[in-house]
Amino acid sequence: MFKINDWISRDSKVLDLGCGDGSLLNDLRKEKSTSGLGIEIDAGKIKSCLEKGISVIEQDIDSGLENFGNQSFDYVVMSQSIQALKKPEVALEEIVRIGKECIVSIPNFANIKCRLQLFFKGQMPVSSALPHDWYSTPNLHLCSLEDFEELCKKFNIKIVERKLSKINGEESILMKLLPNLFSEVALYKLVKEN
Amino acid sequence: MSEDNRLIVEPQKFKHSQSFRLESGESLNGFELIYETYGKLNKEKSNAILICHALSGNHHAAGVYSKEDKKPGWWDELIGPEKAFDTNKYFIVSLNNLGGCHGSTGPGSIDDQTEKEFGANFPIVTVSDWVNSQNLLREELNIEKWLSVAGGSLGGMQALQWAIEFPEKLSKAIIIAAAPKLSTQNIAFNEVARQSIISDPDFTKGDAHPEKGLGLARMLGHITYLSEESMKNKFGRELKKEKIEYGYDVEFEIESYLRYQGANFSKSFNAHTYLLMTKALDYFDPAKKNNGKLSETLSRATCQFLVVSFKSDWRFPSERSKEIVDALIHAEKKVSYLDIDSIQGHDSFLMKNDRYENAINSFLEADV
Repeated sequence: MFKINDWISRDSKVLDLGCGDGSLLNDLRKEKSTSGLGIEIDAGKIKSCLEKGISVIEQDIDSGLENFGNQSFDYVVMSQSIQALKKPEVALEEIVRIGKECIVSIPNFANIKCRLQLFFKGQMPVSSALPHDWYSTPNLHLCSLEDFEELCKKFNIKIVERKLSKINGEESILMKLLPNLFSEVALYKLVKEN
Repeated sequence: MSEDNRLIVEPQKFKHSQSFRLESGESLNGFELIYETYGKLNKEKSNAILICHALSGNHHAAGVYSKEDKKPGWWDELIGPEKAFDTNKYFIVSLNNLGGCHGSTGPGSIDDQTEKEFGANFPIVTVSDWVNSQNLLREELNIEKWLSVAGGSLGGMQALQWAIEFPEKLSKAIIIAAAPKLSTQNIAFNEVARQSIISDPDFTKGDAHPEKGLGLARMLGHITYLSEESMKNKFGRELKKEKIEYGYDVEFEIESYLRYQGANFSKSFNAHTYLLMTKALDYFDPAKKNNGKLSETLSRATCQFLVVSFKSDWRFPSERSKEIVDALIHAEKKVSYLDIDSIQGHDSFLMKNDRYENAINSFLEADV
């Protein structure tokens, strides 16, 4: 099973936007001796980071990331949270400005399960990748792989690599043939093209 | 916590006999610092924490002087057994700064040369002078390196100065409700406080406790330490008497409270010390020597940082703490930052708050 860790080199500097309880940064510190910094707004998750000894800054990504310098981190990671931002397009541009390489993962709204639920049930899709009801979802800007890749193109962001899987990490042949139909989650390695 | 669990503490004194040169160029012919300690120093001497006090604080940060003592130290909410600064784990040192009026050498002390009180002749001391004198206390206590230096407000500025001036002498800095330098508005408030003291005829006649001037300075200070919401919640527009009397006596509860605080403060605090402390605040600007680039100044630091601000603090608002945080990020230092919901304004840093206590506790606990 593919993990974000596999794309990160040893002793690098990692910024995790929406770092949650700091698990990823903690693993990276142990496995790759990275120096990490997390950004989070949830008080409970910040507490978990501090308990792990993970440096964490209380900051709302939607309020801007101007306080981070150009190319100041080897990697900027944004795992499963770009769709929950008010201005995902602004954040995406900022991510590639701050990180030499950026790792972004998104839930794929054009996945076949979503399409079938919408088509046959006529209701907003609820699945393990998108577990929330329409009224309580934090996901304000859901998109498909096609949508995301189009936005990257618009901003001159190069997709260096793409990994497709189900929410549990499983991969399949079908995903390779029809990625936008069969993958549930996509993980992208991005760089800003000059 | 039960009453029996309270720390019974006793102040001690450290005497430095050599001449001590101040940032201003003046010198003190030796000095004394009064301090208290809480908890036990471990064998490795690796669990010592220095607490720095704010404008009107002193060495008595925690515990009581006897079982009958009803008034615990100023940070007793946070320092003690199983509290944020857990005295079961850490050895905590808290002192009264140079120029203070609670037992350390200050304007109320006798000047050897004139055999009179220093009074207005006590030289101006700066945050850097304090940190240098605290470093002598560290040596006296045989502590190679503080686990942490911590403080709120002006105390937070001292923790920041420690990280810059003695980077190898601390592992963790805790900087609470502070700023990298005062804003224009902050200096303006301090100037009104100073003028209210200096223009009191009792002060000019030599009274170090001018009730009007020092009381007024304290009243002004108090307003800026509270948030509008907390003041409203506490006092509202409640009247002291049954009805309005159309005069200038105390009528509203808030007036009564401020006058009481002012009068009480002026009895116990030295006006010269108040003037000195406000000047130390005004002059604090560690980035000045790097053309205002704080991240350059902080590049020397090697410790980890915890920066905390409170959303209702308008004396040192969250944005000021963020300036410190951003400079630390640019300088590639390890920093965590919390902006805590609390309605008590600047005074929040003195009070209990789960998030705040947990953060300090976890930050101290985590491996370096």
